[in-house]
Amino acid sequence: MYVGQGVDRIDGKAKITGGAKYAAEFDLPGTAHAVLVQSTISAGKITGFDLVLAEAMPGILAIITTDNAEKLGNLKAAPQKVTYPLLQDSNIKFNGQHIAVVVADTFERATAAAAAVRVNYRATRAVNTMDQAISQSVTPKEFSNGRAKPDSQVGDAAPLLPAGTLRVEQTYTTPIEHHNPMEPHATIANWSGGQLTVWTATQGISGAQKALSSLFGLEPKSVTVICPYVGGGFGSKGNTWPPAVLAAMAARRVNRPVKLVVTREQMFTSNGYRPRTVQRVKLAASPDGKLLSVRHDVKTQTSMPEVGEFAEPSALITRMLYEAPSIGTSHRLVQVNHGLPTYMRGPGESSGAFAIESAMDEMAAALKMDPIAFRLKNYAENDPTARLPFASKALRECYAQGATAFGWEKRNPIPRSMRDGHLLVGMGMATSSYPTNRMPASASIRLTADGSALVRSGTQDIGTGTYTTLAQVAADELGLPLRKVRTQLGDSRLPSAPVSGGSMTSASVVPAVQAAAQGMKSQLFALAINHGGPQWRGISPETLALSESAVIGPTDRLSIAQIFARAKIAQLNATAGAHPDSDAQKYSKHAFGAQFAEVRVDPDLGIVRVSRWVGAFDCGRILNAKTARSQLIGGIIYGMGMALFEETRVDPNSGRITNANISDYLVAVNADVPDIETIVVDSVDPISNPLGTKGIGELPMVGAAPAIANAVYHATGIRVRDLPIRIENLLV
Amino acid sequence: MQSFLITDPPSLSDATILGGVPGATFIAGGTDVMQLLKNNVIAPRQLIDLDKLNLSNITNDHGELRLGALATMADVAAHPVIRADWPAISQALLLSASPQVRNMGTMGGNLLQRTRCLYFRDNGFACNKRAPGSGCPAIAGDSRDLAIFGTSSHCIATHPSDLPVALMAFNAEVELQAPGGATRRLPLSKLYRLPGTTPHIETNLQPGELITAVILAAQGVSRRSTYLKVRDRTSFAFALVSAAVALDIEDGTIRDARVALGGVGTMPWRAPLVEIALRGQTPNDQVFETAALKIAAGAETTQMNAFKIRLAQRIIVRALQTVSA
Ligand SMILES: Cc1cc2nc3c(=O)[nH]c(=O)nc-3n(C[C@H](O)[C@H](O)[C@H](O)COP(=O)(O)OP(=O)(O)OC[C@H]3O[C@@H](n4cnc5c(N)ncnc54)[C@H](O)[C@@H]3O)c2cc1C
Repeated sequence: MYVGQGVDRIDGKAKITGGAKYAAEFDLPGTAHAVLVQSTISAGKITGFDLVLAEAMPGILAIITTDNAEKLGNLKAAPQKVTYPLLQDSNIKFNGQHIAVVVADTFERATAAAAAVRVNYRATRAVNTMDQAISQSVTPKEFSNGRAKPDSQVGDAAPLLPAGTLRVEQTYTTPIEHHNPMEPHATIANWSGGQLTVWTATQGISGAQKALSSLFGLEPKSVTVICPYVGGGFGSKGNTWPPAVLAAMAARRVNRPVKLVVTREQMFTSNGYRPRTVQRVKLAASPDGKLLSVRHDVKTQTSMPEVGEFAEPSALITRMLYEAPSIGTSHRLVQVNHGLPTYMRGPGESSGAFAIESAMDEMAAALKMDPIAFRLKNYAENDPTARLPFASKALRECYAQGATAFGWEKRNPIPRSMRDGHLLVGMGMATSSYPTNRMPASASIRLTADGSALVRSGTQDIGTGTYTTLAQVAADELGLPLRKVRTQLGDSRLPSAPVSGGSMTSASVVPAVQAAAQGMKSQLFALAINHGGPQWRGISPETLALSESAVIGPTDRLSIAQIFARAKIAQLNATAGAHPDSDAQKYSKHAFGAQFAEVRVDPDLGIVRVSRWVGAFDCGRILNAKTARSQLIGGIIYGMGMALFEETRVDPNSGRITNANISDYLVAVNADVPDIETIVVDSVDPISNPLGTKGIGELPMVGAAPAIANAVYHATGIRVRDLPIRIENLLV
Repeated sequence: MQSFLITDPPSLSDATILGGVPGATFIAGGTDVMQLLKNNVIAPRQLIDLDKLNLSNITNDHGELRLGALATMADVAAHPVIRADWPAISQALLLSASPQVRNMGTMGGNLLQRTRCLYFRDNGFACNKRAPGSGCPAIAGDSRDLAIFGTSSHCIATHPSDLPVALMAFNAEVELQAPGGATRRLPLSKLYRLPGTTPHIETNLQPGELITAVILAAQGVSRRSTYLKVRDRTSFAFALVSAAVALDIEDGTIRDARVALGGVGTMPWRAPLVEIALRGQTPNDQVFETAALKIAAGAETTQMNAFKIRLAQRIIVRALQTVSA
């Protein structure tokens, strides 16, 4: 069995030797280069461009502005609703909005001319930050892709609470955060006879095909999207953002291939972000630690309606995390003159867990109860809001195994009581949870006479290891050595698969590969029975097996090569789709985890350093122990960044982002990261999908930030409710 | 980026003459110049590459340590004399940037790197330093990283380098050569200018004048010195606040004390009042704490950077504890 083993990435060598080609690295003869020009005001109208200087510069092929851009089809009908700014009008809705595209024969010339484009504006009043309009919130029009409602209430919204009830009522905030994947957004677009081909960095080639064909009024099959490798996305490449569309527009204008690579600075206003959240949490508990009521009211920022709408669903996690007779949540939006927010690793859960899991820690402290004991006391056996059983839940095991590995019993519950020399030591924990998602997907397998298989699916490997895990599954199903299995992904001409988001790629695509393998097996068995000679005749296929590149019968074996030779065929093909099981709708499906952080705080200087970490996860069956651990530690580190470093800063008077670069937008560096112990508790979810996987891309990020905030409180006695935790918060 | 000419003159005299032509800029390691060019913060017509000049020697004679202007940050940090006798300098360098940048970055370039003020580095904002008279949105804006000493209503941009903070504590001088060959020495404190009403004029260098070396006179106080840098993450970040501190203690009494601060000044910032409060005292926590309080005088803060006073005081105390231990 390859599945489960820590098999090395089969694309690892290509990646580290430069053989793996990313979107911007394809070489098309005659490629021109496009560079975006962005606005420097937040609201108003463009009154005119002065292109005299730019047009006179060498190598310029076209300058596409809001004055002369091609009019696109019905924007409202576009599948992903990410259709602003596409240069269709001269309004400005945010600072850093694309207003022109300069195309030249070289990247340098396009860059120089882009800097020479002069723009005149008529500025109008802008809402520069969420806090400037916090009192004017609106209800989301479309929430959580229609899968949930913005508000929820279980039990009495305002229950009568007995005397002696303990209350925690606090506001928690998380800042704007940007994904900052290593690979920038990049697209090469090429038109040929009304057909569009794009090489683009995306988490969803199928979505890109739909979005582009809709905007350019084409049949989906007239658009080919190619993306063999993705240098990280974290949600920012889930949608087809305007730069990809503008690249195609530019290619049509200059009638040659056009490459558009978004600069790091421009990535802060080109492809979404996690919006700022302001979250009010109210908990009430009886003196013995039973939650009596839970309220979680979320405000998050969104863009102006013309740009689109996105709601970070931060309170979804509160609906299912703990049992209480009264659980109420709400989500409201504050419209700001910023670009459209989007999904970012654990969208909703990561920001929401910071609020609810900090509040749970505050309540445990008020109750003088151990934080784990308090959570166990309110353990949800069933989903309290959906009122459905969990498809599987091994959270108790996560708490127990995590606590043991971490040495939680050594924690003195009194804040500021533990020291290491002059440093304060803090231990904190938090619960993690993320939904188990699945969508329809399809895959095909081709087997050739030499016993090698080619697995193909129109999914994409965003760095998580999909190339490898699909090969492992196919090798096991077909009884082939792993080295004989190749995977081909990232091309929209392949059998279609969903976006690589919501931690659902394995859950969706692996069943399709398994189904295709089943189809392949049946064909091979039939061929063996028909061509194997007398001793195979009449054998029931059920008694056959595939192993070591051969069909194994009751008395005899036939290698794949022999079968192909006797049947006189060169190859066999099987294609199959797999769909979520409708029975799964009767369950609430989630992965779980328990995060344990130890921090050391310098009490004089306010410096926080994470010194130890244990994360224990109930994340279903593991396909590849190595790539799974990479996901787990990657998510935890992302959470460390969220807790201590990451914040997109905005100039309050202009709405312009001030730290739009990775020197000033801080993410964790190696020196910030201690050894991380990850534990995968034994659990297989037989209901959510046939494999028993639960998804591991986002789960490990959820709960990491509150675990650190809770540890900082334990170390210092200071409760920081606004992320990131900064030195000045701890300088007392 | 505007197109430009690049030349690498073979001699100092050529370099200074070329450097004196309006629109010319020197480039040493290029680690800052390249960023400024790419971000269209500067648009020189000519770059004068100093690569061919023989200015990278580190010598130590006649009681004078001489760091050639082109000596790299990595080489100076690793030099045995500097590690032994000037620990604050070696540490300041090792806590700067990354190994890659330290292998390229030079003494001269480090002293003259431009501010990291986010508004200065982004053409989308007004900035009195980049575009004189256009205004300063930083003071009323995102000012957390900006200076609290030496500021003016025109500019509060912080000097970002670590090295000159340590150099300032040791009264370093810079050796300069002007077009025509005239040389002079200037105390480092006189190299820099406060922003005042002309924040775009940052130094007292004449057109074409080149830094040829940093000079340090031997001094007893330097051996017991340290550089403490506090930043938001453990590595690869500029100082929020830093301090170079040195003590000369004899018979239980502080005979000489040096305190300079980084991350807080529009230029590397010496704290003479703290030094005076330390001299002649017995080194202990109470003396350190009382002395550190003296920096508050003259600080001008915004709501976002007011914490730097307290942080600077704590850093001074911690550094003094370290060197007196
Ligand atoms: C990612 C990153 C992180 C960094 N972190 C830090 C940090 O933590 N601490 C820190 O101190 N620095 C930091 N730096 C800055 C770095 O130390 C400087 O960029 C470097 O020291 C500049 O040296 P250089 O030789 O490359 O200068 P250049 O970029 O070549 O030149 C800088 C300036 O000095 C002028 N110049 C250079 N040499 C001379 C000379 N001999 N005479 C007159 N003028 C001259 C140039 O004209 C230019 O104006 C960081 C830089 C980067 C890129």
